[in-house]
Amino acid sequence: MSAVSLTGVGKEFGPVTGPVPALTGVDLEIAVGEFVSLIGPSGCGKSTLLRLVADLEQPTTGTVEVAGKPARQARLDQDYGIAFQQAGLLEWRTVAENVELPLQIHGVAKAERRARVAELLELVGLADFWRSRPAQLSGGMQQRVAIARALARRPPLLLMDEPFGALDEMTRERMQAELLRIARESGAAVLFVTHSIPEAVVLSDRIAVLSPRPGRITEIVAGRRPSTGVDVDEVEDVRETTAFFEAVTAVREALRKGAAQ
Amino acid sequence: MSVAGPEPSHGHGSASGEAPVAEVGRDRAGGAVGVAAGGVGAVAGPRRRFRGASAVVAPLVFGIVGLVLWELVVRVAGVPSFLLPAPTAIAEQIGAQLPVILQTAGVTGGNALVGLVVGFLLGVLLAVLAAGWRTVSELLTPVVLAASAIPIVALAPVFTTMFGSTTEIPRRLVVIVVVTVPVFVSTARGLRRVRPVHAELMDSLAATRRQYTRYVRLPGAVPFVLTGLRLAAPAAVIAAIVAEYFGGLQNGLGSRISSAAANTAYARAWAFVAASIALGLLFFLAGLLAERLVTRNRR
Repeated sequence: MSAVSLTGVGKEFGPVTGPVPALTGVDLEIAVGEFVSLIGPSGCGKSTLLRLVADLEQPTTGTVEVAGKPARQARLDQDYGIAFQQAGLLEWRTVAENVELPLQIHGVAKAERRARVAELLELVGLADFWRSRPAQLSGGMQQRVAIARALARRPPLLLMDEPFGALDEMTRERMQAELLRIARESGAAVLFVTHSIPEAVVLSDRIAVLSPRPGRITEIVAGRRPSTGVDVDEVEDVRETTAFFEAVTAVREALRKGAAQ
Repeated sequence: MSVAGPEPSHGHGSASGEAPVAEVGRDRAGGAVGVAAGGVGAVAGPRRRFRGASAVVAPLVFGIVGLVLWELVVRVAGVPSFLLPAPTAIAEQIGAQLPVILQTAGVTGGNALVGLVVGFLLGVLLAVLAAGWRTVSELLTPVVLAASAIPIVALAPVFTTMFGSTTEIPRRLVVIVVVTVPVFVSTARGLRRVRPVHAELMDSLAATRRQYTRYVRLPGAVPFVLTGLRLAAPAAVIAAIVAEYFGGLQNGLGSRISSAAANTAYARAWAFVAASIALGLLFFLAGLLAERLVTRNRR
């Protein structure tokens, strides 16, 4: 059973301005524990694709399955955790209370919630900030809280929509290393939307390259996700390998080809 | 306190006068601009801070200078007391009438408080109902907004006739009407204004409608609710005082002002006016404090 299975997925928006195709004929399988990035030009529908998997939108054609069930059922069963482009924290709650939200909604007992929150904050390196309010945190820290929240129920799948888009380069690289560590420790499959070619290469097992609107997958490129190391320095080493540059070039060419078609 | 009466009321005007400008530019859709005004102030939160000592000293000096000028004008020009009594004469009356002032202020303040609490709860409750069910909203919103157009002077005598002149109920009803409207409008606004990312988050978490309301909409609306309260608090005092002008029990500040004026005791009338101003300020500051305390942790 794969973590995600997309078959012939298409999505049209409308009807206000007439049907506008956003995605067409998308087939994609994500294996359990696999890290897959979606990359493509702005407006190619990569975020839409992620939202289809999350059942926040419904496909016009084709089927979306998550953990072997229809996307809607998977959402109701909480088979995925999601981190949006904006951290989207509830500003009236503390960091700990934000991470706790999914557990609270699904009726996890208080003592268990507390233990899990402590564990998660440890995982994202914010144990000392549990009482802070989101407004007191930097953008990177807020995003880490959002990731901890997404992981709260130990989902087998993590959906991430450009979560590091608003961060500066240094923070971004550190977050990438942390994400790799978290993905490895939790064993979750990840579907990751990004604009950045190096980011996709360094994080992913596979990179799905999308064409301009209406988006479809034109090519799948192998990424260079580090097989062992997950701290910043080791990820940094990956960035300096020939294989890394080759993969970056491959993705860039795939993007160019997709745009030319 | 009473001597400085007119001055802080000026400060009050400018404090709430800032917000409407920002609001009009920002959101024209708001039905009642005056009421809506506070919403943005609430979102902006602690942006408008007191600017140190000068913020206190400047209006204080201005007020004292104003009072001295007032006194001088009255004495030098020999202004007749029915036109304008001197501040010292008013202060003298305040001293002489202090027990009566405190007692009547207690009655009027009590009416304002009861009306404020009931009207506030009613406004919040109606707004929550309107936010939960479209039909309720369609039925309720026009009615409540129409209520904002009711001049309280029109209601006061009617209520007095309805409930008799030996009870506080008519005054409290007037206050409730006046308070419910801004609280309803402001709360309804807050409940509508959910950030899309929060709505999607709750969707992705498969939250029920009730959980969505409890964890996102209600807490998100809190600053708006308190803005409604801040706007309603001084209005409650005004309503309680004005309602007394139209008969009923003669035990509050409003009835004392009208009877003193009718008896040509102008300095005494002014003494009760000063007390009314102080009472209004008290309510305004309490509302402001409540708003600040609750919203200080946000943004």
